[in-house]
Amino acid sequence: MPAAVEETVLPKLSNEEIARYSRHLILPEVGMEGQQKLKAAKVLCVGTGGLGAPLALYLAAAGVGTLGLVDFDTVDASNLQRQVIHSTATVGMLKVDSAEIMLKGLNPHMNVVKHNTMLTSANALEIFKDYDIIADGTDNFQTRYLVNDACVLLNKPNAYGSIYRFEGQASVFGTKEGPCYRCLYPEPPPPGLVPSCAEGGVLGILPGLVGIIQATETIKLILGIGEPLIGRLLLIDALGMSFRTLKLRKNPECPVCGPHPTVTELIDYDQFCGITPPSKVGPLEVARDKAVGDLPIVDGIPQISVQELKRKLDAKEDVFVLDVREPHEYPIANLGAPLIPVGSIESRIAEIAEHKNDEVVIHCRSGARSQKAALVLKAAGFTNVSNLTGGILAWADKIDPSMPKY
Amino acid sequence: MNIHIPTPLRSYTGGLETVSIGGATIHAVFQELTVTYPEVKQHLFTPEGKLRSFVNVYLNDDDIRYLESKEETTVKDSDELTIIPSIAGGTHL
Repeated sequence: MPAAVEETVLPKLSNEEIARYSRHLILPEVGMEGQQKLKAAKVLCVGTGGLGAPLALYLAAAGVGTLGLVDFDTVDASNLQRQVIHSTATVGMLKVDSAEIMLKGLNPHMNVVKHNTMLTSANALEIFKDYDIIADGTDNFQTRYLVNDACVLLNKPNAYGSIYRFEGQASVFGTKEGPCYRCLYPEPPPPGLVPSCAEGGVLGILPGLVGIIQATETIKLILGIGEPLIGRLLLIDALGMSFRTLKLRKNPECPVCGPHPTVTELIDYDQFCGITPPSKVGPLEVARDKAVGDLPIVDGIPQISVQELKRKLDAKEDVFVLDVREPHEYPIANLGAPLIPVGSIESRIAEIAEHKNDEVVIHCRSGARSQKAALVLKAAGFTNVSNLTGGILAWADKIDPSMPKY
Repeated sequence: MNIHIPTPLRSYTGGLETVSIGGATIHAVFQELTVTYPEVKQHLFTPEGKLRSFVNVYLNDDDIRYLESKEETTVKDSDELTIIPSIAGGTHL
Protein backbone atom coordinates (compact mmCIF):
# COMPACT_ATOMS: atom_id res chain seq x y z
CA MET A 1 0.00 0.00 0.00
CA PRO A 2 1.25 3.51 -0.67
CA ALA A 3 2.98 5.23 2.24
CA ALA A 4 1.35 8.37 3.59
CA VAL A 5 4.46 10.51 3.28
CA GLU A 6 5.41 12.16 0.00
CA GLU A 7 8.43 10.49 -1.62
CA THR A 8 10.63 13.57 -1.96
CA VAL A 9 14.23 13.80 -0.77
CA LEU A 10 14.26 12.14 2.66
CA PRO A 11 16.05 13.96 5.51
CA LYS A 12 19.44 12.65 6.61
CA LEU A 13 19.93 11.11 10.04
CA SER A 14 22.77 12.30 12.24
CA ASN A 15 25.07 9.79 14.00
CA GLU A 16 23.26 10.64 17.23
CA GLU A 17 19.90 9.82 15.67
CA ILE A 18 21.25 6.58 14.19
CA ALA A 19 22.38 5.51 17.66
CA ARG A 20 19.03 6.50 19.14
CA TYR A 21 16.91 4.61 16.62
CA SER A 22 19.17 1.57 16.30
CA ARG A 23 16.40 -0.84 17.29
CA HIS A 24 14.28 0.48 14.41
CA LEU A 25 17.14 0.52 11.94
CA ILE A 26 17.93 -3.14 12.42
CA LEU A 27 14.34 -4.13 11.62
CA PRO A 28 14.09 -4.93 7.90
CA GLU A 29 10.60 -3.44 7.84
CA VAL A 30 11.94 -0.08 8.96
CA GLY A 31 15.63 0.29 8.14
CA MET A 32 17.35 3.56 7.30
CA GLU A 33 14.71 4.57 4.76
CA GLY A 34 11.84 3.90 7.15
CA GLN A 35 13.45 5.96 9.88
CA GLN A 36 13.98 8.77 7.41
CA LYS A 37 10.29 8.59 6.46
CA LEU A 38 9.43 8.94 10.14
CA LYS A 39 11.69 11.98 10.37
CA ALA A 40 10.05 13.52 7.33
CA ALA A 41 6.54 12.85 8.62
CA LYS A 42 4.29 15.52 10.08
CA VAL A 43 1.54 14.24 12.36
CA LEU A 44 -1.13 16.34 14.03
CA CYS A 45 -2.51 15.17 17.40
CA VAL A 46 -5.92 16.68 17.96
CA GLY A 47 -6.19 16.67 21.73
CA THR A 48 -3.37 16.11 24.24
CA GLY A 49 -5.42 14.31 26.85
CA GLY A 50 -6.19 10.67 27.53
CA LEU A 51 -5.65 9.47 23.98
CA GLY A 52 -3.27 12.20 22.82
CA ALA A 53 -0.85 11.66 25.71
CA PRO A 54 0.36 8.13 24.91
CA LEU A 55 -0.06 8.79 21.19
CA ALA A 56 2.23 11.83 21.14
CA LEU A 57 4.82 10.24 23.45
CA TYR A 58 5.21 7.12 21.34
CA LEU A 59 5.31 9.06 18.08
CA ALA A 60 8.07 11.19 19.60
CA ALA A 61 9.92 8.08 20.72
CA ALA A 62 9.59 6.60 17.24
CA GLY A 63 11.23 9.64 15.69
CA VAL A 64 8.35 11.41 13.96
CA GLY A 65 9.97 14.62 12.80
CA THR A 66 7.14 17.07 13.34
CA LEU A 67 4.35 16.70 15.86
CA GLY A 68 1.55 19.24 15.94
CA LEU A 69 -0.58 19.50 19.09
CA VAL A 70 -4.06 21.01 19.18
CA ASP A 71 -5.46 21.74 22.63
CA PHE A 72 -6.88 24.84 24.27
CA ASP A 73 -7.16 23.40 27.75
CA THR A 74 -5.00 23.62 30.88
CA VAL A 75 -3.70 20.72 32.97
CA ASP A 76 -5.95 19.76 35.89
CA ALA A 77 -5.03 17.35 38.71
CA SER A 78 -7.84 15.00 37.66
CA ASN A 79 -6.11 14.61 34.28
CA LEU A 80 -3.10 12.88 35.87
CA GLN A 81 -5.07 9.68 36.43
CA ARG A 82 -4.47 8.95 32.71
CA GLN A 83 -2.80 11.80 30.81
CA VAL A 84 0.75 10.63 31.35
CA ILE A 85 2.30 13.33 29.19
CA HIS A 86 1.55 15.91 31.89
CA SER A 87 2.82 15.97 35.47
CA THR A 88 2.06 17.32 38.94
CA ALA A 89 4.56 20.10 38.25
CA THR A 90 2.62 21.29 35.21
CA VAL A 91 -0.85 21.46 36.77
CA GLY A 92 -2.30 24.82 35.74
CA MET A 93 -0.11 25.11 32.64
CA LEU A 94 -1.49 25.11 29.11
CA LYS A 95 -1.65 21.49 27.93
CA VAL A 96 0.31 22.18 24.75
CA ASP A 97 3.12 23.77 26.79
CA SER A 98 3.04 20.96 29.33
CA ALA A 99 3.13 18.29 26.61
CA GLU A 100 6.02 19.99 24.88
CA ILE A 101 8.18 19.67 28.01
CA MET A 102 7.90 15.90 28.14
CA LEU A 103 8.08 15.46 24.36
CA LYS A 104 11.26 17.49 24.02
CA GLY A 105 12.70 15.80 27.08
CA LEU A 106 12.16 12.43 25.41
CA ASN A 107 13.29 13.47 21.94
CA PRO A 108 15.07 16.79 21.44
CA HIS A 109 15.43 16.15 17.68
CA MET A 110 11.75 16.66 16.92
CA ASN A 111 9.75 19.79 16.10
CA VAL A 112 6.73 20.42 18.30
CA VAL A 113 4.18 22.79 16.80
CA LYS A 114 1.67 24.07 19.34
CA HIS A 115 -1.82 25.09 18.32
CA ASN A 116 -3.27 26.51 21.52
CA THR A 117 -6.75 26.86 20.14
CA MET A 118 -10.09 25.16 19.90
CA LEU A 119 -10.48 23.42 16.56
CA THR A 120 -13.36 24.96 14.62
CA SER A 121 -14.77 25.01 11.10
CA ALA A 122 -13.04 28.36 10.64
CA ASN A 123 -9.51 27.10 11.35
CA ALA A 124 -9.47 23.32 10.79
CA LEU A 125 -8.58 23.27 7.10
CA GLU A 126 -5.83 25.85 7.60
CA ILE A 127 -4.30 23.94 10.54
CA PHE A 128 -4.58 20.50 8.93
CA LYS A 129 -3.14 21.34 5.53
CA ASP A 130 0.52 21.16 6.54
CA TYR A 131 0.30 17.70 8.11
CA ASP A 132 0.42 14.24 6.55
CA ILE A 133 -1.67 12.34 9.06
CA ILE A 134 -4.20 13.45 11.64
CA ALA A 135 -4.66 11.51 14.89
CA ASP A 136 -8.04 12.21 16.46
CA GLY A 137 -7.97 12.09 20.26
CA THR A 138 -10.87 14.40 21.00
CA ASP A 139 -13.67 13.92 23.46
CA ASN A 140 -16.84 15.18 21.84
CA PHE A 141 -18.92 14.39 18.81
CA GLN A 142 -18.80 17.82 17.22
CA THR A 143 -15.02 17.73 16.91
CA ARG A 144 -14.99 14.15 15.70
CA TYR A 145 -17.28 15.02 12.82
CA LEU A 146 -15.26 18.17 12.15
CA VAL A 147 -11.96 16.25 12.08
CA ASN A 148 -13.48 13.59 9.87
CA ASP A 149 -14.91 15.99 7.34
CA ALA A 150 -11.71 18.09 7.21
CA CYS A 151 -9.62 14.94 6.64
CA VAL A 152 -11.83 13.75 3.81
CA LEU A 153 -11.90 17.19 2.17
CA LEU A 154 -8.09 17.45 2.39
CA ASN A 155 -7.46 13.75 1.67
CA LYS A 156 -5.52 13.12 4.89
CA PRO A 157 -5.72 9.79 6.75
CA ASN A 158 -7.36 10.00 10.17
CA ALA A 159 -6.06 7.61 12.85
CA TYR A 160 -9.22 7.38 14.94
CA GLY A 161 -9.58 6.20 18.52
CA SER A 162 -12.31 6.68 21.07
CA ILE A 163 -13.16 5.33 24.48
CA TYR A 164 -15.96 5.01 26.97
CA ARG A 165 -15.48 3.54 30.45
CA PHE A 166 -13.91 0.16 29.68
CA GLU A 167 -14.39 -0.01 25.94
CA GLY A 168 -12.58 1.48 23.00
CA GLN A 169 -12.78 1.74 19.25
CA ALA A 170 -10.00 2.28 16.72
CA SER A 171 -9.88 2.61 12.96
CA VAL A 172 -8.31 4.56 10.14
CA PHE A 173 -10.69 6.88 8.31
CA GLY A 174 -10.16 9.47 5.63
CA THR A 175 -8.35 7.41 3.02
CA LYS A 176 -9.60 7.53 -0.55
CA GLU A 177 -10.38 3.82 -0.74
CA GLY A 178 -11.70 3.41 2.79
CA PRO A 179 -14.74 4.56 4.74
CA CYS A 180 -14.92 7.72 6.83
CA TYR A 181 -16.43 8.29 10.26
CA ARG A 182 -19.74 9.28 8.71
CA CYS A 183 -19.93 5.98 6.81
CA LEU A 184 -20.09 4.33 10.22
CA TYR A 185 -22.17 6.93 12.04
CA PRO A 186 -24.05 9.22 9.65
CA GLU A 187 -25.61 11.07 12.59
CA PRO A 188 -24.50 11.89 16.11
CA PRO A 189 -26.53 10.80 19.13
CA PRO A 190 -28.75 13.48 20.66
CA PRO A 191 -26.95 15.52 23.33
CA GLY A 192 -27.15 14.02 26.78
CA LEU A 193 -27.61 10.44 25.66
CA VAL A 194 -23.94 9.44 25.84
CA PRO A 195 -22.19 10.75 28.97
CA SER A 196 -18.74 12.31 28.77
CA CYS A 197 -15.84 10.88 30.80
CA ALA A 198 -16.44 13.53 33.46
CA GLU A 199 -19.94 12.17 33.95
CA GLY A 200 -19.46 8.49 33.08
CA GLY A 201 -15.93 8.01 34.38
CA VAL A 202 -13.15 6.14 32.60
CA LEU A 203 -10.58 3.55 33.65
CA GLY A 204 -7.29 5.44 33.31
CA ILE A 205 -5.42 2.73 31.44
CA LEU A 206 -8.00 2.52 28.68
CA PRO A 207 -7.04 5.61 26.69
CA GLY A 208 -3.44 4.46 27.16
CA LEU A 209 -4.22 1.23 25.36
CA VAL A 210 -6.24 2.85 22.58
CA GLY A 211 -3.84 5.79 22.13
CA ILE A 212 -0.96 3.38 21.51
CA ILE A 213 -3.08 1.57 18.93
CA GLN A 214 -3.58 4.92 17.18
CA ALA A 215 0.19 5.54 17.33
CA THR A 216 0.78 2.08 15.85
CA GLU A 217 -1.58 2.77 12.98
CA THR A 218 0.04 6.16 12.35
CA ILE A 219 3.50 4.60 12.17
CA LYS A 220 2.27 1.85 9.85
CA LEU A 221 0.81 4.47 7.53
CA ILE A 222 4.06 6.46 7.50
CA LEU A 223 6.19 3.42 6.81
CA GLY A 224 3.74 1.75 4.43
CA ILE A 225 3.93 -1.59 6.29
CA GLY A 226 1.41 -4.05 7.70
CA GLU A 227 -2.37 -3.79 7.36
CA PRO A 228 -3.75 -0.52 8.71
CA LEU A 229 -7.28 -0.54 10.10
CA ILE A 230 -8.74 0.87 6.89
CA GLY A 231 -12.20 -0.60 6.44
CA ARG A 232 -12.06 -2.24 9.85
CA LEU A 233 -13.31 -1.20 13.27
CA LEU A 234 -11.33 -2.60 16.18
CA LEU A 235 -13.45 -3.02 19.32
CA ILE A 236 -11.58 -3.25 22.58
CA ASP A 237 -13.14 -4.59 25.78
CA ALA A 238 -10.60 -3.97 28.52
CA LEU A 239 -12.48 -5.85 31.24
CA GLY A 240 -12.76 -9.02 29.15
CA MET A 241 -9.42 -8.20 27.45
CA SER A 242 -11.07 -9.13 24.18
CA PHE A 243 -10.46 -7.60 20.78
CA ARG A 244 -12.87 -7.90 17.89
CA THR A 245 -12.71 -6.58 14.39
CA LEU A 246 -15.78 -5.62 12.43
CA LYS A 247 -15.92 -4.88 8.74
CA LEU A 248 -16.53 -1.27 7.86
CA ARG A 249 -17.76 -0.41 4.43
CA LYS A 250 -17.57 2.82 2.54
CA ASN A 251 -21.15 4.05 2.37
CA PRO A 252 -21.96 4.53 -1.33
CA GLU A 253 -24.25 7.39 -0.31
CA CYS A 254 -21.90 9.02 2.20
CA PRO A 255 -22.50 12.78 2.09
CA VAL A 256 -18.81 13.48 2.65
CA CYS A 257 -16.68 10.73 1.10
CA GLY A 258 -19.14 9.21 -1.38
CA PRO A 259 -19.12 9.72 -5.14
CA HIS A 260 -21.87 12.37 -4.86
CA PRO A 261 -20.91 14.38 -1.77
CA THR A 262 -23.34 16.95 -0.42
CA VAL A 263 -20.94 18.17 2.26
CA THR A 264 -18.21 19.98 0.35
CA GLU A 265 -17.18 22.39 3.07
CA LEU A 266 -17.07 22.39 6.86
CA ILE A 267 -20.42 22.98 8.55
CA ASP A 268 -21.72 24.16 11.90
CA TYR A 269 -21.03 21.05 13.98
CA ASP A 270 -22.71 22.34 17.13
CA GLN A 271 -25.92 22.62 15.17
CA PHE A 272 -25.32 19.21 13.58
CA CYS A 273 -24.99 17.65 17.02
CA GLY A 274 -27.92 19.59 18.44
CA ILE A 275 -25.80 21.45 20.95
CA THR A 276 -26.33 25.10 21.76
CA PRO A 277 -22.89 26.68 21.93
CA PRO A 278 -21.89 28.02 25.37
CA SER A 279 -22.80 31.66 25.91
CA LYS A 280 -20.73 33.98 28.07
CA VAL A 281 -23.20 34.06 30.94
CA GLY A 282 -25.79 31.34 30.51
CA PRO A 283 -28.95 31.10 32.54
CA LEU A 284 -27.38 28.59 34.89
CA GLU A 285 -24.21 30.60 35.55
CA VAL A 286 -24.00 31.82 39.12
CA ALA A 287 -22.16 35.13 39.32
CA ARG A 288 -18.90 34.76 41.19
CA ASP A 289 -19.26 34.92 44.98
CA LYS A 290 -22.88 35.90 44.71
CA ALA A 291 -25.94 33.71 44.63
CA VAL A 292 -28.50 34.65 42.02
CA GLY A 293 -31.79 35.34 43.80
CA ASP A 294 -34.34 34.39 41.21
CA LEU A 295 -33.00 31.39 39.37
CA PRO A 296 -34.69 30.50 36.13
CA ILE A 297 -36.81 27.55 35.28
CA VAL A 298 -35.39 24.87 33.00
CA ASP A 299 -37.93 22.61 31.30
CA GLY A 300 -40.46 23.54 33.96
CA ILE A 301 -38.16 22.74 36.90
CA PRO A 302 -37.09 25.61 39.18
CA GLN A 303 -33.34 25.72 39.73
CA ILE A 304 -32.14 26.36 43.29
CA SER A 305 -28.65 27.53 44.23
CA VAL A 306 -26.50 25.90 46.92
CA GLN A 307 -26.59 29.13 48.91
CA GLU A 308 -30.38 29.13 48.88
CA LEU A 309 -30.50 25.46 49.96
CA LYS A 310 -28.06 26.17 52.80
CA ARG A 311 -30.21 29.07 53.92
CA LYS A 312 -33.31 26.87 53.94
CA LEU A 313 -31.58 24.08 55.86
CA ASP A 314 -30.12 26.51 58.41
CA ALA A 315 -33.56 28.05 58.90
CA LYS A 316 -34.85 24.50 59.52
CA GLU A 317 -37.36 24.82 56.68
CA ASP A 318 -39.20 21.63 55.82
CA VAL A 319 -37.18 20.57 52.79
CA PHE A 320 -36.75 17.01 51.59
CA VAL A 321 -33.37 16.61 49.92
CA LEU A 322 -32.87 13.64 47.61
CA ASP A 323 -29.53 12.42 46.25
CA VAL A 324 -29.81 10.71 42.83
CA ARG A 325 -26.19 9.68 42.29
CA GLU A 326 -24.85 6.11 42.24
CA PRO A 327 -24.17 4.33 45.55
CA HIS A 328 -20.40 4.27 44.96
CA GLU A 329 -20.32 8.08 44.85
CA TYR A 330 -21.88 8.54 48.29
CA PRO A 331 -18.77 7.74 50.38
CA ILE A 332 -16.72 10.31 48.41
CA ALA A 333 -18.88 13.24 49.47
CA ASN A 334 -22.53 13.58 50.43
CA LEU A 335 -25.05 15.94 52.00
CA GLY A 336 -26.51 13.26 54.24
CA ALA A 337 -29.56 12.95 52.02
CA PRO A 338 -31.28 9.65 51.20
CA LEU A 339 -30.08 8.16 47.90
CA ILE A 340 -32.05 6.73 44.98
CA PRO A 341 -30.00 6.51 41.76
CA VAL A 342 -31.56 8.43 38.89
CA GLY A 343 -31.97 5.26 36.82
CA SER A 344 -34.15 3.70 39.53
CA ILE A 345 -36.29 6.69 40.42
CA GLU A 346 -39.28 5.64 38.38
CA SER A 347 -39.44 2.18 39.88
CA ARG A 348 -38.85 3.38 43.45
CA ILE A 349 -41.23 6.36 43.59
CA ALA A 350 -43.30 4.60 46.25
CA GLU A 351 -40.43 5.01 48.70
CA ILE A 352 -40.74 8.80 48.61
CA ALA A 353 -44.46 9.10 47.85
CA GLU A 354 -45.09 10.70 51.27
CA HIS A 355 -43.16 13.79 50.03
CA LYS A 356 -45.38 14.33 46.99
CA ASN A 357 -46.51 17.75 48.16
CA ASP A 358 -43.44 18.68 50.18
CA GLU A 359 -40.67 20.95 48.98
CA VAL A 360 -38.24 18.53 47.35
CA VAL A 361 -34.72 19.49 46.30
CA ILE A 362 -32.87 16.97 44.16
CA HIS A 363 -29.09 16.89 43.84
CA CYS A 364 -26.43 14.91 42.03
CA ARG A 365 -22.77 15.61 41.33
CA SER A 366 -23.06 18.54 38.96
CA GLY A 367 -26.75 19.15 38.37
CA ALA A 368 -27.40 17.18 35.20
CA ARG A 369 -28.78 13.90 36.54
CA SER A 370 -30.80 15.68 39.21
CA GLN A 371 -32.53 17.72 36.51
CA LYS A 372 -33.55 14.47 34.79
CA ALA A 373 -34.80 13.05 38.09
CA ALA A 374 -36.77 16.21 38.82
CA LEU A 375 -38.59 15.83 35.51
CA VAL A 376 -39.49 12.24 36.41
CA LEU A 377 -40.88 13.27 39.79
CA LYS A 378 -42.82 16.15 38.29
CA ALA A 379 -44.36 13.81 35.73
CA ALA A 380 -45.31 11.48 38.59
CA GLY A 381 -47.30 14.24 40.26
CA PHE A 382 -44.82 15.80 42.71
CA THR A 383 -45.91 19.39 43.13
CA ASN A 384 -42.82 21.21 44.40
CA VAL A 385 -39.58 19.85 42.95
CA SER A 386 -36.39 21.89 42.42
CA ASN A 387 -33.01 21.03 40.95
CA LEU A 388 -29.84 21.95 42.86
CA THR A 389 -27.81 23.85 40.27
CA GLY A 390 -24.17 22.79 40.16
CA GLY A 391 -24.84 19.79 42.41
CA ILE A 392 -22.57 18.71 45.22
CA LEU A 393 -19.60 20.18 43.36
CA ALA A 394 -21.10 23.65 43.78
CA TRP A 395 -21.70 22.88 47.48
CA ALA A 396 -18.01 21.92 47.88
CA ASP A 397 -17.04 25.06 45.99
CA LYS A 398 -19.20 27.63 47.78
CA ILE A 399 -20.47 26.22 51.06
CA ASP A 400 -18.06 23.59 52.38
CA PRO A 401 -14.48 23.83 51.06
CA SER A 402 -13.45 20.88 53.22
CA MET A 403 -15.60 18.65 51.08
CA PRO A 404 -13.64 16.82 48.35
CA LYS A 405 -14.47 17.48 44.72
CA TYR A 406 -14.38 14.62 42.26
CA MET B 1 -28.63 -16.33 19.59
CA ASN B 2 -26.33 -14.10 21.58
CA ILE B 3 -26.63 -10.33 21.49
CA HIS B 4 -23.67 -8.26 22.71
CA ILE B 5 -24.93 -5.24 24.64
CA PRO B 6 -22.73 -2.12 24.71
CA THR B 7 -21.78 -0.63 28.07
CA PRO B 8 -24.16 2.37 27.97
CA LEU B 9 -27.15 0.04 27.60
CA ARG B 10 -26.21 -2.63 30.13
CA SER B 11 -28.08 -0.93 32.97
CA TYR B 12 -31.25 -1.80 31.05
CA THR B 13 -30.35 -5.47 30.67
CA GLY B 14 -29.63 -6.07 34.33
CA GLY B 15 -25.93 -5.44 33.80
CA LEU B 16 -25.55 -8.28 31.30
CA GLU B 17 -23.00 -7.94 28.52
CA THR B 18 -24.45 -10.85 26.54
CA VAL B 19 -28.10 -11.81 26.39
CA SER B 20 -29.57 -14.87 24.76
CA ILE B 21 -32.62 -14.14 22.62
CA GLY B 22 -34.50 -16.40 20.21
CA GLY B 23 -35.84 -15.48 16.80
CA ALA B 24 -35.82 -16.45 13.14
CA THR B 25 -34.77 -13.09 11.69
CA ILE B 26 -32.84 -10.08 13.02
CA HIS B 27 -36.11 -8.19 13.26
CA ALA B 28 -37.74 -10.97 15.28
CA VAL B 29 -34.78 -11.12 17.63
CA PHE B 30 -34.98 -7.37 18.21
CA GLN B 31 -38.70 -7.61 18.93
CA GLU B 32 -38.02 -10.28 21.51
CA LEU B 33 -35.17 -8.21 22.98
CA THR B 34 -37.37 -5.18 23.54
CA VAL B 35 -40.11 -7.33 25.06
CA THR B 36 -37.64 -8.90 27.50
CA TYR B 37 -35.84 -5.60 28.23
CA PRO B 38 -38.36 -2.84 27.51
CA GLU B 39 -36.13 0.04 28.68
CA VAL B 40 -33.69 -0.71 25.84
CA LYS B 41 -36.32 0.07 23.21
CA GLN B 42 -36.20 3.87 23.25
CA HIS B 43 -32.42 3.90 23.10
CA LEU B 44 -32.23 1.61 20.09
CA PHE B 45 -35.33 2.56 18.15
CA THR B 46 -37.12 5.72 17.12
CA PRO B 47 -40.81 6.02 18.06
CA GLU B 48 -41.56 4.82 14.51
CA GLY B 49 -39.67 1.62 15.19
CA LYS B 50 -36.61 2.33 13.04
CA LEU B 51 -33.10 1.62 14.30
CA ARG B 52 -31.51 4.87 15.50
CA SER B 53 -28.85 6.14 13.12
CA PHE B 54 -26.07 6.48 15.70
CA VAL B 55 -26.43 2.81 16.59
CA ASN B 56 -24.85 0.18 14.38
CA VAL B 57 -25.75 -3.47 14.42
CA TYR B 58 -23.46 -6.22 13.23
CA LEU B 59 -24.47 -9.79 12.42
CA ASN B 60 -21.23 -11.62 13.21
CA ASP B 61 -18.83 -9.13 11.63
CA ASP B 62 -21.07 -7.70 8.91
CA ASP B 63 -22.91 -4.39 9.22
CA ILE B 64 -26.60 -5.25 8.75
CA ARG B 65 -27.14 -2.12 6.64
CA TYR B 66 -25.20 -3.84 3.87
CA LEU B 67 -26.94 -7.20 4.05
CA GLU B 68 -29.30 -7.83 1.18
CA SER B 69 -32.35 -8.45 3.36
CA LYS B 70 -31.17 -6.11 6.14
CA GLU B 71 -33.34 -6.73 9.21
CA GLU B 72 -35.25 -9.53 7.53
CA THR B 73 -32.07 -11.60 7.24
CA THR B 74 -32.61 -15.06 8.72
CA VAL B 75 -30.32 -15.96 11.59
CA LYS B 76 -28.98 -19.16 13.14
CA ASP B 77 -28.62 -19.80 16.86
CA SER B 78 -24.87 -19.78 16.44
CA ASP B 79 -24.87 -16.25 14.95
CA GLU B 80 -24.03 -13.25 17.11
CA LEU B 81 -25.47 -9.75 17.01
CA THR B 82 -23.37 -6.86 18.25
CA ILE B 83 -24.80 -3.42 18.97
CA ILE B 84 -22.30 -0.57 18.67
CA PRO B 85 -23.26 2.96 19.60
CA SER B 86 -21.09 6.03 18.89
CA ILE B 87 -18.70 6.85 21.69
CA ALA B 88 -16.56 9.94 21.80
CA GLY B 89 -14.47 9.90 25.00
CA GLY B 90 -10.90 11.01 24.41
CA THR B 91 -9.37 13.83 26.30
CA HIS B 92 -12.09 15.42 28.39
CA LEU B 93 -11.27 16.16 32.00
